[in-house]
Amino acid sequence: MAKKAKSKAPAKSGKGRGAARLNDDIGEEKRLEMFQMQLEVRLLENRANDLFLQNLVKGTIHLSVGMEAVAAGCGAAMRKNDYTFCTYRGHAHTMVRGAPMTGVLGELMGRECGLLNGKGGSMHLTSVEHGAMGSYAIIGAHLPIAVGAAWSAQYRGSGQVSVCFFGDGATNIGAFHEALNMAAIWKLPVVFVCENNLYMEYTPIADVIPVEHPAADRASAYGMDQILVDGNDPDAVFRVARDAIEMARAGDGPSIIEAKTYRHLGHSRADPGTYRPPEEIEEWKKRDPIPMYRKRLLDYGVTEKTVSGIEDAVMKALDEATEEAKASPVPALELGHTEVWADGGSAWRN
Amino acid sequence: MAELTYREAVAAAIAQEMRRDENVVFLGEDVADAGGVFKTTVGLLDEFGPLRVRDTPISEQAIVGAAMGAAMTGLRPIAEIMFSDFFAVCWDIITNQIAKSRYMTNGQVALPLVIRTANGGGVRFGAQHSQSLENWAMMVPGLKVVAPSTPADIKGLLAAAIRDPDPVIFFEQKSLYGNKGEVPEGEHVDELGIAKIVRPGDDVTILALAAMVPRALEAAEILAAEDGIGANVIDVRSLVPLDTKTILAEVSRTGRVVTVEENPRLCGWGAELSSIISEECFYDLDMPIVRITTPHVPLPAADDLEDHAIPSVSRIVETIRREVD
Repeated sequence: MAKKAKSKAPAKSGKGRGAARLNDDIGEEKRLEMFQMQLEVRLLENRANDLFLQNLVKGTIHLSVGMEAVAAGCGAAMRKNDYTFCTYRGHAHTMVRGAPMTGVLGELMGRECGLLNGKGGSMHLTSVEHGAMGSYAIIGAHLPIAVGAAWSAQYRGSGQVSVCFFGDGATNIGAFHEALNMAAIWKLPVVFVCENNLYMEYTPIADVIPVEHPAADRASAYGMDQILVDGNDPDAVFRVARDAIEMARAGDGPSIIEAKTYRHLGHSRADPGTYRPPEEIEEWKKRDPIPMYRKRLLDYGVTEKTVSGIEDAVMKALDEATEEAKASPVPALELGHTEVWADGGSAWRN
Repeated sequence: MAELTYREAVAAAIAQEMRRDENVVFLGEDVADAGGVFKTTVGLLDEFGPLRVRDTPISEQAIVGAAMGAAMTGLRPIAEIMFSDFFAVCWDIITNQIAKSRYMTNGQVALPLVIRTANGGGVRFGAQHSQSLENWAMMVPGLKVVAPSTPADIKGLLAAAIRDPDPVIFFEQKSLYGNKGEVPEGEHVDELGIAKIVRPGDDVTILALAAMVPRALEAAEILAAEDGIGANVIDVRSLVPLDTKTILAEVSRTGRVVTVEENPRLCGWGAELSSIISEECFYDLDMPIVRITTPHVPLPAADDLEDHAIPSVSRIVETIRREVD
């Protein structure tokens, strides 16, 4: 099975003027990891879009194109056994935890090889073995659930941290406020990450909140700091996520991070996103996190060979994963009747 | 045997399971310091401490959400929702998240949790604190649904629910909290999905649940004494899993069946049972299936009005007298 793209370990690029910046508190290895994470998500989602147009992906998909830096920055700051909770726009957050491309594409295509064997679909990607504890398709529902995982980690003394991603629109639903409050009073190891992409779905978030920053301006109500970060800069996201995760792990309670970013595409496949001014889209596309980060890597002294090596490896792995997913059979019809209960079945009577 | 009230049996079951398994934790509004608004959890905080018995804010979504997150990461939480009516403010997490996650992830996620709640009427609390909502839970794939009628069953079935690997909605009928009954001493664990024949009889089978069980039993005594009708009373106890084996066998034997349901008429649990019975033992029936339910109205508060709405002993007696000749 094609898993993560395995690029060859790059030779340390510790020479030249960029070296000091490259080998700072983040370091070359983390940076290359974040570059690869973003690329995997971008290329896979573009592929998913192509497969949708070929009618190989059904229903709908919610793409993160343009927003990958948030998932990558946070993912790179997490430990293997930490927990991720995310939304129906959750391909990125699931993939950065290490979920295999074949499983993701297979799930989108409704194939047996899917992460959920075709039973969940695009909006519910989960890979418990990678700490990806689920993608939740009812806005806000997963915030209290992430709080519960953090409560469990605190009770068990496991040192795990729960990281919970959601959009700007979720900040207006009750579960958001209930979750932040409970996390704060119990000092739970949870980091809330709001991806503010400026639109709740079709409506600008600015039209439906009385403050400027949907998450950060609500933080003080729960005794948390206002943390705003450029969501198109993986280094910046990594640094705030690392600090928040460290604080949570140390037992000093929850944080909320608001990462400002932009989705290049519409809300879902059904939405061309025409409610947004073309010049706004153009401005944000100029700040596309992936080309920007590629340039930074080169500026910092990473060789073109290393960067293009990662790009080639990701594309190769994606092509393999696509072929594997296409070749995978549709799920056996019996699967529709399994795993309602822990005994594996669906019987409700004797 | 020890005599306990229905409410004391709740704390006894939770304590029994918390002593046995340190992964069992308990949270809800006013459950720790105050011992519950119905005093069902008195003593638990003292014995198990504030890390395992936690008072929460008035945040039902956070309560059941936290229970879910804890269950999927290795704990066995018990969440209390003070009144079942409050399910309406956290129904998303119960039905969309808790009930479906195992299925949607094809078994990656396990959810061994219990949501306890005070259900039903008879206490003059009006339409938003008196509903009998077992039928809401019954119609959602992925939830087990239990509603005991005696202190012994509270202890045995709550213990079984806590040990069960699936989410269980545990309805405690608030009009029964003061009832006393014998409860086995020592560890007591029952089994989910087993209906109990609580009174034998050959003429008619009465299917009842929770607070309707003692009423059905009282009606049966009157019918026996005054009319010579032998009523066979079955305490259904568990709606999911449903013990159709016992129910169908008893219905076939007596040929007559009456359901007594506290839930409002439409889509009450008796409607589902009625459908199963008519599909599977139609030719054993000697009369149409009769459902005695609360009418399809929100429950009124005034005592006379409420008593008139919820099936009473006299309504059960009169209905059976009329239908069974």
